[in-house]
Amino acid sequence: MADKIRVGWFTFTCCEDSTIIFTELLNSYYRDWMKKIDFVHAKILRKDSYSELQPMDLAFVEGAITSDTQEVKLKKIREKSKKLVAIGACAVIGSPSNQRNFFNPKQHEQIQSILEKFKYKDKVLKLSDIVVVDENVPGCPMDEVGFLNILNKYINSQLVYPEP
Amino acid sequence: MHDVPDNFDINLTEISKIEGSASLEVKIRNKKIEDLKFSISEWKRFYTQAIQGKPAVAVPQLVARICGTCSNAHLLCSIKTVEKALGIIPSSQTMLLRRLIYNGLIIRDHALHLYIFALPDLYNKNSILDFDENDPLQKQLLEDTFEIKEVGNRLSKIVGGRSVHAPYPTIGGFLTYPHIQELKNLRDTLIAVRPKIFRLIEIFAKSSFSLSLPNIIFNGLSSQDYSFLTGQLVSSQGNILPEERMSEHVEAVVIPYSHARGFTYKGSTMMVGALARINLYKKSLHAKTKADTKMYLDLFPSYNLFHNNLAQALEILHVIDTSSEIIDGISTITSEEKIPVHPKQSVGVGVIEAPRGTLYHKYEIDDNGIVQKGEIIVPTGQNQVLMEKSIHILLESLLKKDTPKEQIILEVEKLIRAFDPCMSCASHFLKVKWS
Repeated sequence: MADKIRVGWFTFTCCEDSTIIFTELLNSYYRDWMKKIDFVHAKILRKDSYSELQPMDLAFVEGAITSDTQEVKLKKIREKSKKLVAIGACAVIGSPSNQRNFFNPKQHEQIQSILEKFKYKDKVLKLSDIVVVDENVPGCPMDEVGFLNILNKYINSQLVYPEP
Repeated sequence: MHDVPDNFDINLTEISKIEGSASLEVKIRNKKIEDLKFSISEWKRFYTQAIQGKPAVAVPQLVARICGTCSNAHLLCSIKTVEKALGIIPSSQTMLLRRLIYNGLIIRDHALHLYIFALPDLYNKNSILDFDENDPLQKQLLEDTFEIKEVGNRLSKIVGGRSVHAPYPTIGGFLTYPHIQELKNLRDTLIAVRPKIFRLIEIFAKSSFSLSLPNIIFNGLSSQDYSFLTGQLVSSQGNILPEERMSEHVEAVVIPYSHARGFTYKGSTMMVGALARINLYKKSLHAKTKADTKMYLDLFPSYNLFHNNLAQALEILHVIDTSSEIIDGISTITSEEKIPVHPKQSVGVGVIEAPRGTLYHKYEIDDNGIVQKGEIIVPTGQNQVLMEKSIHILLESLLKKDTPKEQIILEVEKLIRAFDPCMSCASHFLKVKWS
């Protein structure tokens, strides 16, 4: 039997609706995926067995980036993954998690103390503002068929890391 | 006796198998807790700000995006809030269909928590996907996991169009109506999964996990039919309140290191969610559920926080029994015109029982139907003070038994999971001055 594909599922700032869709897709596909996929990082399913990020064939990344710590982690995920897939509207286009980017001065004043205290970024960013994204699965929540097509495309592929 | 150091730190930055992001920092010095911080580390998306200036009719689908797993709870609570503000009274058919969507949510959401998050702890597994298919019970539970979740998913999809951010329900009715035959077809499946739920109930009833805290005040929205969507606020202190007055009795508490605010009930530690509901009004469960689970219901009222898991399993059975009865009672589904919306200056308060407890939305709307101000109080915020307190108590007891650090971490994680916290919901804006 061929080696299992090594998959990571990561969530940044969002409502995690695509994670819920992913867990619902498991209802139909768990037997097949258990044979073909090694979920290296997926905190919705298991506690990480590793203290550091592991190499992955495919990293699915949900959510927008709203802090420097998230940006650092996203870059590490990019380094460790052969293909990185942006999952859902917040990852692909930043919305709706980036709604504070469009606040008027009064609204912005109301949230300023929180932004400063917890060191939020000035603007909420989509993934492609920070790293190279290989594939996008848009939708709020993600388009299930689009996700399955991408997963199936890579399950049987020989993947390589991108050029630095 | 284990060789346990006198001084050590616990630093869990991303607690697994919960919804969203939470962290725990503990300092143990001389085998005593010197510092303990449980914090919600989810970054805010400022929904209560974002709805300002938006048409009230657009708000329900926006606030559904507060949380993926609870999205249909926020959606229906928001619809209720706008309808109450604008004096819209939904039809009885609309209420029944909303209830079916909601029952689908309760099945799917509780099943996600019980099977995917909590059950592996009972079998010393990291993940449900690690269950041993050569072990007949574990194999059965693996199959149950995805079958039960799918039943809830299916019910919400048939009636709401999707299990998260349901597109069909709207202010004043439905945009699209379900096909009655699809519902009738699902009815037999609902009945067929009952034995699987009994298996789940028995497992959590027999679990040895226990942490009892007296003096917790339980709160919930009680209705005679345990509908989650209507009723009046009740507390274990005997107080009964109309839902409009909820914000008078819960007090926000600033937790400086957490992105979310906590709450107390008249200054006392409170809890909402399945354990609170079963403790407060188990008599309102479906008659069939009560008849078939009497020996388990006798365990309530309970102050064992791990009985929140058992209470959720009992609620799954209740919504299955309720849903099959509702479906039996529906002979036709009429494509009713949705009730028209006439904007007016008004204030609306909507309260429902989300899967994890009481959910409160309040909107102030102007003459043009634009939201001027909003407030949202979510269940996990209301439980946050109790969560930290209970972790403290558990930790003290484990330290007295010289429990190794790794075991302490595991036991604390089990307790956090028992609350079934939802961090996506919890991080909401409150205007505070940080010191």
